[in-house]
Amino acid sequence: MSIAAPTVPHTSQLATFWLDGDLYGVEVEHVQEVLRSQSITRVPLAPPAVAGLINLRGQVVTAIELRERLGRPARPEGTEAVVIVVRLHGEAVSLLVDSIADVVDVNVRDFEAPPDTLDGSARELIRGAYKLAGQLLLALDVNRAVGS
Amino acid sequence: MEGLDDIVEEFLVESHENLDQLDQDLVALEQDPRSRERLSSIFRTIHTIKGTSGFLAFNRLEEVAHVGENLLSRLRDGALELTPRRTDALLQMVDCVRALLAAIEASGGEGGVDVAPTVVVLSAALEEAPPVPVAAAPAAEVPAEVPAEVPAAAAKAPAKRAVRTAVSQAPAAKVPATKAAAKKAAVAAGTPVPVQLPAAEVPLEVPMEPTTTPPTTPSVAPAAAETAADRGADAEGKNQQPGRRAVADSTIRVDVDLLDALMLLVGELVLTRNQIVQYVGRQTDQDLVRASQRLNLIASELQEGVMKTRMQPIDHIWSKLPRVVRDLGLQCGKNVRLEMEGRETELDKTLLEAVKDPLTHLVRNSVDHGVEASPARVAAGKPAEGVLTLRARHESGQVVVEVADDGAGIDPAKVGAKAVEKGLITVDALSRMSPADILQMIFLPGFSTAAAVTNVSGRGVGMDVVKTNIESIGGTIEVESVPGRGTCTRLRIPLTLAIVPALTIECAGDRYAIPQISLQELVALDAEKAAAAVEEVGGASVYRLRGELLPLVRLADVLGLPSDRHDGHVVIAVLRSEGRRFGLVVDRVINTEEIVVKAVGGQMKAIGLYSGATVLGDGAVALILDVQALARRALRPETAERQESRMAVMATSTVAERQRMLLAAIGGGRRVAIPLDTVTRLEQVRSEKVERVGSREVVQYRGAILPIVRLDRHLGAFGGDEREVLEVIVYADHGRSVAIVVEEILDIVDGEANVHSDINDLGLLGSTVIGDRVTELLDVRAAILAADPAFYSPAPGTPAGLSPAFAFAGTVPLPGGLT
Repeated sequence: MSIAAPTVPHTSQLATFWLDGDLYGVEVEHVQEVLRSQSITRVPLAPPAVAGLINLRGQVVTAIELRERLGRPARPEGTEAVVIVVRLHGEAVSLLVDSIADVVDVNVRDFEAPPDTLDGSARELIRGAYKLAGQLLLALDVNRAVGS
Repeated sequence: MEGLDDIVEEFLVESHENLDQLDQDLVALEQDPRSRERLSSIFRTIHTIKGTSGFLAFNRLEEVAHVGENLLSRLRDGALELTPRRTDALLQMVDCVRALLAAIEASGGEGGVDVAPTVVVLSAALEEAPPVPVAAAPAAEVPAEVPAEVPAAAAKAPAKRAVRTAVSQAPAAKVPATKAAAKKAAVAAGTPVPVQLPAAEVPLEVPMEPTTTPPTTPSVAPAAAETAADRGADAEGKNQQPGRRAVADSTIRVDVDLLDALMLLVGELVLTRNQIVQYVGRQTDQDLVRASQRLNLIASELQEGVMKTRMQPIDHIWSKLPRVVRDLGLQCGKNVRLEMEGRETELDKTLLEAVKDPLTHLVRNSVDHGVEASPARVAAGKPAEGVLTLRARHESGQVVVEVADDGAGIDPAKVGAKAVEKGLITVDALSRMSPADILQMIFLPGFSTAAAVTNVSGRGVGMDVVKTNIESIGGTIEVESVPGRGTCTRLRIPLTLAIVPALTIECAGDRYAIPQISLQELVALDAEKAAAAVEEVGGASVYRLRGELLPLVRLADVLGLPSDRHDGHVVIAVLRSEGRRFGLVVDRVINTEEIVVKAVGGQMKAIGLYSGATVLGDGAVALILDVQALARRALRPETAERQESRMAVMATSTVAERQRMLLAAIGGGRRVAIPLDTVTRLEQVRSEKVERVGSREVVQYRGAILPIVRLDRHLGAFGGDEREVLEVIVYADHGRSVAIVVEEILDIVDGEANVHSDINDLGLLGSTVIGDRVTELLDVRAAILAADPAFYSPAPGTPAGLSPAFAFAGTVPLPGGLT
């Protein structure tokens, strides 16, 4: 094991999803569930990244628009977001993404720090990239993504 | 039982529980006589009973417990061995204690229970000497004699005597006692060591002949005792006062966490109920409709029931206050009497806890700052003893708690000066605030009015903390005060936190919930009415609510959304916050429903407009509006219409740059402008209601006599014919009011009050041009004096030395403003 990453296990599982043409992944253990077509109550005057509130079986959960958070253009009209509910520190928060993809086994050997071309706001939220065959998988820092 | 002290009741409940434990412990101890742990536990229990009974002056109970404690301490220290004899003695002690408790419960006193035999047995058990036959001991009527009779026969005498006393003194004792007896017997039956039914207990098995139960045959005893219990119960059913269970049997201790969990579940049930009822409302299946109605009913009852389990009388926190007041009074050298009204008013335990500290703080504040020292009171013509009154009552789904004193009151002038001095507000802003609003500034952080910092209060932390605490539980706080007469702080607290009655409204296509606690009334205006009744004043709208000017806040504007109401209709929710009223204009009102408050993340809280969120009947999430925050956001002093101060105008009306003016016609084509700030209400009075007192005209108004000044006559205009309905401008100050009659109320305008001409006349300050027409500026003071020459003479108790500006300041809240 290299000295640089002594604590990172060799392989881990990421739940992956698409957002504006890019593939992202979050640690599987953070993901509670994935929902489709949730009605979202908007929250006037909230920060722009807060898409609103959803009703998760009686629990009110904040929905974060990940496109806004990552500084991407708004989701095109007529396409519906998919809701990924993540649980952090015992609290449920949800992320709005374009579509959900597979759970992927990744190896630490394929990991690399975020490319220098990433711009400011996205760079803070992305831990790095896994070089998969024919595709880069961007590892999202969930804690930062749901923070304000 | 009636009038049984709370302390005694608590003592009984606790002791009964402890005694049950004691039985188990003692029996277990026999198996393992060396168990220090059990001995210590028993010792502690008896020690507690001894201590409390001594404190409550139950001397016989104390005596028994004391001897028992002696024995137990020797046993615990290993000085004595636990023999079956000693176990018996201890069990007998337990039974004796039980009998005493039963008597206390029944009659409030120890009744005729004889403790001497038990004391003898216990004392004997303490001796190293060979045992006196234990079974005989209970028979000992005279402790000094060594009993030599046959146990069973001997038991008869005390037993019968005890029966007599127990029955004659306390009929209610029968059932608990027999139950206890049955239980006791059952315990005995399960024990390999024979335990006789001690004398102290046998007598209470009323219908039985005590001696027919052979004390040493436990196999028979339980059956007999049970029969006794049954018969006892029958007897109770026939000739007891009905429905009153014994304290120990009628209460049960439940973990508050469990109640919290139950409450949460009930909240979810209520939500689900709302959803189902809404869904079923669209169905035609009669059976389904009926079932849902039933569900509706049951859910409501369940909710009520669970809420009740969490309710406690406010007396729980009040009971500590007399001491606080007394000590503090002594410390401050003041003579204060505490009165309490509505101490049985109940509210949720969690809320009760949350209110405790703020309430204590308010009480301390009142004693320290509110009530004056006796000499000052006497000098002010008040009784030397100050009175601090706590009031609690239920009012439209809320609990209202008031802390009122008859002390010096709070002087808005001083509060204002202090606030300026502390830099909390500018002189300019202050000059535009009403006295009632100025008073509320005592809740600002960093504010303290105490002339001297005492160690009681006055360090500038306190009132703002009180306010924060109260608001954190969804309550509100406001203060009103009459200088010289006293101060009243009023808390409004929701009944429960979890489930809140709320109004759901719609704005810009979204639904929001407004807690009913802030809602006063709803006003719906059609387009035609709205056009007339909603007036624009310098960009801000006001609505004349029964003559009173209500500042309007458009929710859509606050939220930065486009309203989707385009038909001109105006729906106003009249809300109250911090003693002020304002109208929230919403798109439409949907419903009132019970909502369950859900926490929202810190991001939402930080917006400062929402106190939480809820799930509505159809499953959609709705935000709960934080009315306090809304008011603070929308009603800055500069935009708070009606709260505009009257005093600044009164003092500086000739130099004010821009003022809002009420335009009125007074006949003969003349128009008069009256500073809006001097107007309390606009009313219409039928002319036949006008009566005469001497040469003056008066009208009865809200239970008071209102002097009238007719502006046309006062200003020498040619009044028109006598009208049927008089347009009246009411002005109130210092508890006095006058009515100014005009011909017609024309408009509210922004006046350039400094564009005066010199053409003056009696009763006028000058004239100005408003809307291209010459308009006379009314000298309000002169007009009022014309109606009531005594109007401005100081009311008794008004502190002297106020600045002229504040001499005019109303110290009486505007009618309706603080109700």
